[in-house]
Amino acid sequence: MSERFDIYIAGVGGQGIGLLSEALIRAADAAGLPVRGCDTHGLAQRGGSVSSHVRIGSRCHSALVSEASADLVVALEIHEAVSAGRAYLKEGGTLVWCDASWQPLAVRLGSERPATESDVEEVAALRRGRAFRVGAEGVPDPRMQNTAVLAEICRRGLVPGVGMEHARAALSDLMAGPALEANLRLLA
Amino acid sequence: MKDLGQTLVRREAFSEIIIGNTAVVRAMVESGVRSVSAYPGSPTPEIADAIAAIPAEKRPFRFEFSTNEKVALELAFGAALSGRLSAVFFKSVGLNVAADSFVQLPLLDIPGGLVIILGDDPGANSSQNEQDNRHYSRMSYMPVLEPADAQEAYTMFKTAARLAARHRTAVILRLTTHVCHAKAKVAFSALPPEAPEPAWGFYPERENYIPLASTVFPLKRRALERLAAIEEDPEARDTNLVAGSGSSRGVITAGTAYLSLLDALEESRPGSRRPDVLKLGLVNPLPRRAVRDFLRAHEEVKVLEELDPVLETEIKALAYDEGLTTRILGKRDIEDRMGECVPATVRDILAGTWPDLFAGPRPAPLPAAASPRPPQLCPGCGHRSAFYAIKKALSPEDVTVADIGCHTLGYLPPYRMGGVLLSMGHSTATASGLSLFREHRRVVCFLGDSTFFHAGLPGIVNAVYNGHEVLLVVMENGTTAMTGHQDHPGTGKSFNGPAPKLPVRAALEGLGVTNIREVDTYRQEELTSMVREALAEPGFKVIIARHPCMLKLTRDARRRAGAAWKVRQVRVDPGTCVKNHECIERFACPSFQAREGGAVEVSRDLCIGDGSCRQTCPAGALVQDKEEGR
Repeated sequence: MSERFDIYIAGVGGQGIGLLSEALIRAADAAGLPVRGCDTHGLAQRGGSVSSHVRIGSRCHSALVSEASADLVVALEIHEAVSAGRAYLKEGGTLVWCDASWQPLAVRLGSERPATESDVEEVAALRRGRAFRVGAEGVPDPRMQNTAVLAEICRRGLVPGVGMEHARAALSDLMAGPALEANLRLLA
Repeated sequence: MKDLGQTLVRREAFSEIIIGNTAVVRAMVESGVRSVSAYPGSPTPEIADAIAAIPAEKRPFRFEFSTNEKVALELAFGAALSGRLSAVFFKSVGLNVAADSFVQLPLLDIPGGLVIILGDDPGANSSQNEQDNRHYSRMSYMPVLEPADAQEAYTMFKTAARLAARHRTAVILRLTTHVCHAKAKVAFSALPPEAPEPAWGFYPERENYIPLASTVFPLKRRALERLAAIEEDPEARDTNLVAGSGSSRGVITAGTAYLSLLDALEESRPGSRRPDVLKLGLVNPLPRRAVRDFLRAHEEVKVLEELDPVLETEIKALAYDEGLTTRILGKRDIEDRMGECVPATVRDILAGTWPDLFAGPRPAPLPAAASPRPPQLCPGCGHRSAFYAIKKALSPEDVTVADIGCHTLGYLPPYRMGGVLLSMGHSTATASGLSLFREHRRVVCFLGDSTFFHAGLPGIVNAVYNGHEVLLVVMENGTTAMTGHQDHPGTGKSFNGPAPKLPVRAALEGLGVTNIREVDTYRQEELTSMVREALAEPGFKVIIARHPCMLKLTRDARRRAGAAWKVRQVRVDPGTCVKNHECIERFACPSFQAREGGAVEVSRDLCIGDGSCRQTCPAGALVQDKEEGR
């Protein structure tokens, strides 16, 4: 395990990045790693860009990830993947993104063009890193896109030391009943 | 941790991953706090969420959301005056509302002790400014403790509570946004044995509680003496921390800037002259002894603090008085007073102070490819229908005044409604002033229902009393939506259960408003003509533009229905659509998505099936089919 592994999570208010970040923090804790983090709260949750910071390792102090320093950028939406990747991905970092689209105002008003998959790939290429797309189409409920992304992260082992069993333990710590069962099926 | 409430009242010691706001609630439980009051405002409302999670019968203190911050503070003062340890919390700018009573507190003897939790917001993450409330503590002689993370928020609340009780006074626990919301594993102590109920403490026959004219001076003297005593209190001194290895360089810092400093120093060049650190927990009064010793031991000391040069000014004065020759480095320019001391900012500040610390510049982000995504009104929001309809009744030269709440977002395109914002409840009086010299313009102001009760009433009374030519639109959504759906005096519920309901209309009538109209905002045409009519009438008039908060309504309905949750989502019928874009460009619900060739689609992720958009399409292309599961 490295002494510092920074994760920047981005999405749109209402997508549930809070649960994803809480699950990653608890998964890292279940794996025995020191971890801290921070979410956006308040006003920005109303359909604006939201972010969560997760920092793993003994050489992390502040709860906030610095720009151009994230080992892993996770985005639940394509426009956020481009923005967050450009701002936070470090040289050689990894970008995991969910191919959902909630167009920002400027796109809906026709003053900017919608983001495309090649925009996301361009960010990874400029940073000489990797990008992994998670399709939204296979997820039974849009509110479970966050868990689908968590599954992709753990399946590919993108957070050193954190595996699928840790993610399952984290979710079991956070939810119960049918919701837990439905989410655990994505982490099989 | 499935059950936060049970966790917070556990008897034994434990550790849990938790945010700063939640950690202070465990500290309240351990400290024997008996009364807590608040007005919701980011970054602090999650304190109330954690309190709400504790089952009422296990909650060792009473909690209420008061009508505004001043009332919440006065309630806490009264409870503390009776001999009970009390706490109050609100956001940074809430202190401006509370200030009239707040500044008096240090003058008075407060037998139970009072902890004021301030949620300051450097970076203006969710506030109308980033005011540095350390200034208030200095003008009123109130001690301040400032934690850096969730663990310290917990331990420093307990310290603040003990200091407040021991010195019979009020103590500020100054949290900042990224202390409130920072999440980490916090180690909690076991609950202490239950203490006996404190005795009644308020005896005005023995103690002067009426600061008036010359009786102010003994009270002021005691306040200043108490502040000096707290500076020397060993428990207050223990909140300061010195770390280092005898470097000739030092940094004096506090709060989250300390953590950012540690992060920045992780990046420093091996073998560079790293500074020693004095981290202050007590930031008012300045712990002079610790600062003096640190200055003496170093040739150069950088004062690293967020926002204004408060510590810097005092430290420089102290060095002058003590005849110290240490070189003290403070803020360099206006930019140094802006925003949060995040790790990148601190690294830049350090690199500017001691360029040899770092091998090169920090990594830079790629330039942004798109404009930022601001917050917006939710799908189905009644305010959208209101702004869409009201805009039709106004000419471009008419003046609109915003207030604080979700409806502030109406200033964004395409609505552009509400051109000026000051503070909670300002809108009616600001609009009244604008109306004095309005010429041909008409003046319309907006006010939310929670803000109506918070600070809206005096401006309305004034408009009635002095006869101002203004249309007030009360944007009533039946909740305090922006801060997380807290109840208010108009909802018929309080934090503690059913409560007397004070309808907005009855309150307006009681205040002497005679010209009142009411409408559901989804009735857009009716609202448009109502605004036209009202604006043609003289004097002060009010339209109550009502629709329940659809985010709350939808969440509640979905929770009740579970798997049976069904909505009738809207879709664009491509055969009927004439692509005039009224829906996406002027009504502008975020559910509408632009597609190739000017086509419009409704997002399956976003549409809540409210149907408020359908009346906006001149071609009738927005249709709702049968109910579908989501």
